[in-house]
Amino acid sequence: MSDNLIEVRNLKQYFNAGKSTEVRAIDDISFTIKRGETFGLVGESGCGKSTTGRTMIRLYDATAGQVLYNGVDVHAPKTKKENHELNRKMQMIFQDPYASLNPRMKVLDIIAEGLDIHGLVKGKTDRKQRVIDLLEIVGLNREHAERYPHEFSGGQRQRIGIARALAVEPEFIIADEPISALDVSIQAQVVNLLKELQEEKGLTYLFIAHDLSMVKYISDRIGVMYFGKLVEVAPADELYRNPMHAYTKSLLSAIPLPDPIYERSRVRHPYNPKDHKYGPDEKVEFREVAPEHFVLCSEKELAEMQATYV
Amino acid sequence: MTNILEVKDLELSFHTFAGEVKAIRGVNFDLQKGETLAIVGESGSGKSVTTKSIMRLLPESSAEYKNGEILFEGRDLTKISEKDMQKIRGKDISMIFQDPMTSLNPTMTIGRQIMEPILKHQKLNKSAARKKTIELLNLVGIPNAENRYKMYPHQFSGGQRQRIVIAIALACNPKVLIADEPTTALDVTIQAQILELMKDIQKKTDTSIIFITHDLGVVANVADRVAVMYGGRIVEIGTVDEIFYNPQHPYTWGLLSSMPSMDLEDQKLYAIPGTPPDLLNPPKGDAFALRSEYAMKIDMERQPPFFKVSDTHYAATWLLHSQAPQVEPPALIIERMKTFKGSRYYVEQTGGTV
Repeated sequence: MSDNLIEVRNLKQYFNAGKSTEVRAIDDISFTIKRGETFGLVGESGCGKSTTGRTMIRLYDATAGQVLYNGVDVHAPKTKKENHELNRKMQMIFQDPYASLNPRMKVLDIIAEGLDIHGLVKGKTDRKQRVIDLLEIVGLNREHAERYPHEFSGGQRQRIGIARALAVEPEFIIADEPISALDVSIQAQVVNLLKELQEEKGLTYLFIAHDLSMVKYISDRIGVMYFGKLVEVAPADELYRNPMHAYTKSLLSAIPLPDPIYERSRVRHPYNPKDHKYGPDEKVEFREVAPEHFVLCSEKELAEMQATYV
Repeated sequence: MTNILEVKDLELSFHTFAGEVKAIRGVNFDLQKGETLAIVGESGSGKSVTTKSIMRLLPESSAEYKNGEILFEGRDLTKISEKDMQKIRGKDISMIFQDPMTSLNPTMTIGRQIMEPILKHQKLNKSAARKKTIELLNLVGIPNAENRYKMYPHQFSGGQRQRIVIAIALACNPKVLIADEPTTALDVTIQAQILELMKDIQKKTDTSIIFITHDLGVVANVADRVAVMYGGRIVEIGTVDEIFYNPQHPYTWGLLSSMPSMDLEDQKLYAIPGTPPDLLNPPKGDAFALRSEYAMKIDMERQPPFFKVSDTHYAATWLLHSQAPQVEPPALIIERMKTFKGSRYYVEQTGGTV
């Protein structure tokens, strides 16, 4: 078994491909996620970060490229049984805890749905016990099983969403902006929960977000997306200490910090893609500038970046 | 400095099927000319209700002003007739709403929507109003205003729509601008642009701004003064430096600690335990006591009054009472206090050596 649980190779996702309305939501991106790590994906709305997550879990069929899970191509034809198994191993936590839970189902049935489909429990008492265990893992209690989603607050609903994802004992969880809809004090609770679960169960996460400070906190490595392209991938600390792509710099300079003295002197660097001034025959590729630190750049830029690298 | 708006002992309840929800339980603050007051707190703390009560935008059938007054230029807004209120709303006090996707009318061109308050409140004819509208669009940074004036909201991006909402709010040169989470739905880069725009406009027009948000980074960026709300009350109010570098209320400590800071590594993030109080049955004492590790016996019994920290800084916590034991704030807060002159943890920065 290799170190990489997930390998995304030259993934492309075009909507309305070939028509005049073609949208290149993902335009040739490649990255890997190691077993047990958290990979953060950040970018503005519309940059393709959610599409990436959804394509990886096969909610969309990819236009081109591969997503390898443990060496197995997620999008390749498979038997029903293989598909079933893959679906169990990859789970998703959605952004909006209000829209992602069926309002007409009890929490018990919401969480147990996966258990039923994958035949992981035998009999009613076993099923209920398993759900209660899961509720307790995410910090809710047994009484909550008999309630409906509307009886819960946003933070509690997101916990139910997490319990549902955990029910089938996945290895890999895609968390698509799991905290954006929550209050600050509740965000910290959910992030801590995700971290604890990772330590206990050795989970691997893809954490999609636009809140850069939380991403830095939870991620081991971070990828920055801009208009369907991955522009920079680096270990979290390295990315914040040493952003190299102009877009990453711009994104980092736009975050307001809870520090009024710093805020008074913060200078924002706007990003304009034209500033790169790429020549017609310059090849813009993903290149390794420093160990583990990749940037989308031309050869000339690479030389400049390496010269100034500290 | 002159106070343009004063809110005194405001209490407001909603009548629901479940009973009386005491959404605001005694709020006091004032707003000075040309300043930005940020109100922070989690959802349900009463920050939006406070501003909507100033605008009188709450449903009259269920919302009831129980007590207190809202003085705008000497007139109590809770007492005047709806007709008089209409002359103030959108003219002297205007509002920017959170969601630019839903606060514009999708069936009207943006030009007409911006013109609406101008035609209503200012005695201008159509062509003059049109000219003013195009000026406003230029002011908020919409390029090619002459043509875009005729377009519909769906033809604009989220950031541009928020600029249009700001243009509507500014149409009559309001004295008070209330911004209710104006950037929450936007990306960080767009957010930065909108905040810069608002500060720029404030400089030009000397408008007073009430800025509601739960993002402390945004507060640090825009605010002159900050009011922290919890459970329908203001628990701490002070200048932006006082709140960020010398906070006194345990809830403010919790809020500031739960933000991951950029340079701290791999510490467990501080999370305020529990959930906000149920305002159907508000707690008897300090509303935050049940979630606070600093709670004392008296916190369960009696609501703390405001204790004065400085001329501009007040906090409602029994910890400031002369008989209260001295407690250590969380480590992160002590770090912040070290930079604040006048706090008991202040460390003199002697140049060079740290």
